[in-house]
Amino acid sequence: MSDRPPQLNIPPPEEAAAGLSPWQDAWRRLRRNQLAIFGGSTLLALVLLCFVIGPFFAQSWREQNLAHGLAAPSAAHWLGTDLHGRDLLARILYGGRISLLVGFVASFVALTIGVTYGAVAGWQGGRADTLMMRAADILNALPFTIIVILLLVFLKDPMQRFDTWLTALPGLSGWQGAGKILVMFAAIGAVEWLTMARIVRGHVMAIKKMEYIEAARALGYRPARILFCHVLPNALGPIVVYATLTVPAVMMLEAFLSFLGLGVDAPMSSWGTLIKDGAERMEECWWLLVFPGGIFSLTLFSLNFLGDGLRDALDVRAAKD
Amino acid sequence: MLRYLARRLLLQAVPVLFVIITLTFFLQRFAPGGPFTREKSLPPEIQRNLDAYYHLDDPLWKQYCDYLWDLCPKKFTPLALRSSFDLKAAFGIDLRPSFKYASRTVNEIIATELPVSLKLGTLALLVALGLGIGAGVVAALWHNTWIDRLVSAWSLTGLCVPTFVSGPLFSLLFAVQLRWLNPFGWYEPRDAVLPVFVLGLAYAAPLARLTRGGMIEVLAQDFIRTARAKGASASRVVFHHALRGGLLSAVAWLGPASAGILTGSFAVETIFQVPGLGREFVVSVTSRDYTLVLGTVVVYGTFIVVCNFLADVLQAWMNPKLALE
Repeated sequence: MSDRPPQLNIPPPEEAAAGLSPWQDAWRRLRRNQLAIFGGSTLLALVLLCFVIGPFFAQSWREQNLAHGLAAPSAAHWLGTDLHGRDLLARILYGGRISLLVGFVASFVALTIGVTYGAVAGWQGGRADTLMMRAADILNALPFTIIVILLLVFLKDPMQRFDTWLTALPGLSGWQGAGKILVMFAAIGAVEWLTMARIVRGHVMAIKKMEYIEAARALGYRPARILFCHVLPNALGPIVVYATLTVPAVMMLEAFLSFLGLGVDAPMSSWGTLIKDGAERMEECWWLLVFPGGIFSLTLFSLNFLGDGLRDALDVRAAKD
Repeated sequence: MLRYLARRLLLQAVPVLFVIITLTFFLQRFAPGGPFTREKSLPPEIQRNLDAYYHLDDPLWKQYCDYLWDLCPKKFTPLALRSSFDLKAAFGIDLRPSFKYASRTVNEIIATELPVSLKLGTLALLVALGLGIGAGVVAALWHNTWIDRLVSAWSLTGLCVPTFVSGPLFSLLFAVQLRWLNPFGWYEPRDAVLPVFVLGLAYAAPLARLTRGGMIEVLAQDFIRTARAKGASASRVVFHHALRGGLLSAVAWLGPASAGILTGSFAVETIFQVPGLGREFVVSVTSRDYTLVLGTVVVYGTFIVVCNFLADVLQAWMNPKLALE
């Protein structure tokens, strides 16, 4: 007898046609995870609020009105005002733009470095791999705060010059302070790529032993093509998951630096600087601390929910080393 | 086992320390500006005298080599640390005079500030270990019940609310509103309560998460079922069989984390105005105090290396497979 299943068990043609790709399957699982959906939609709402609605906000984030300084939340100022009478809601929405931008762009920098480094190390193997990973180990043991702070101080003067050059260009006078933010992208991205590199390396090492890679090699493809067209797409799941989890780590670092007074300069603000200002006068004005701190934590919650949900949906083993 | 540890120490600890020191030394030297950069430049004679006092007039490579030589331990009398934390008396390590505090050496600054950070850090570490591991084990034992969900919610909150938010909030609640404690300062023993708990809770949260994950995995394995089947009590199953494997990832994480906790978190020490070494880190970088930056980096780097090493030893003992590799 053959060990084929009996004819009756073959699914009807409609259902067979609607077979799910791994990504569709993951999306279906993600949709069923309420926390992840909550995180994703909160994040989307925050991004929309800060980037789309924020700029059209009636009250300016930099316009000072000393007569209304330190006013408690009211109908005119929903979340109160700060020392200089600036509307806190407008400042939170503006600060969110900086914080989210730093979070996403610095994560992207970290992602690019980490994926490339890890993929090359894992693909090459042997001595190159040992050397690259030992270097990453050493970097991992460095006190990263010191490195970021040193980079911020080190690049301060060149960035000042870049700022003057940029604001002198027609139509870009409002871009003051962009240099400092660029440095933060680079500095944070430069320290946050290590975990990503290690994860990608592990997956690349596993994938390169697969038969389809051998087939690609037999077809005579160049190594770069195999690596980027065949190996990396198959490691995309863990990359997506850890990218989502890098964003909150980066945002935390940015807020921490701003809290220390090393982040963006006044009159710009990020959530970190708002929290710092709030912590200084929390005794008389609780709203200055509670609202920026609350919205910052809410963002981190959403990102973590989304990241955890993606991890479950894409079934990435909890391989934190 | 011994060979594994010795290799680990030689191949990892020493190069890491060397790279940290070299990187810090040259990064801050190549940065524009210096400790004596002011609005008004100093008269050249004074500048020359200052440069001579701090050996800034030597070529850079000579300064670097001299500094490395001063860092090398020249004797080994750790018992001297009991009377004071002076690294010169105990190991013959000279960290040079500070640039910013003109009359003090970096040795003296570390001797007065490191013990404060260590005290705060040790207490916080104990809080983190007790709460984190305890909550993680309990959550894993009662997996998928309300206790588990409570612990998970709490640990996620701890991960998402950084110390520079929770610190001021705790201070607002317990010091300003309830008036149980002082909002800041480091004078009487109870002043330690708020910083210790803020720092401890921040580290307990990820620890609980790692412990919970590890324990759930171990508790589902066959040897636990065997232990239960042969009638081992619940506490024996946990403490004697499961914990050793369940805590592996938590121990790996604890290495670098405990170095950070012991040398002081800058945010916590700033919020509560604790005169510790963590606060000195950033202040010294912004004021370009070359020797103090290097001194704090040396201390921090040594702690990282030692804590990582201890975590490795512990891991190798808990998981013999690792030592064999």
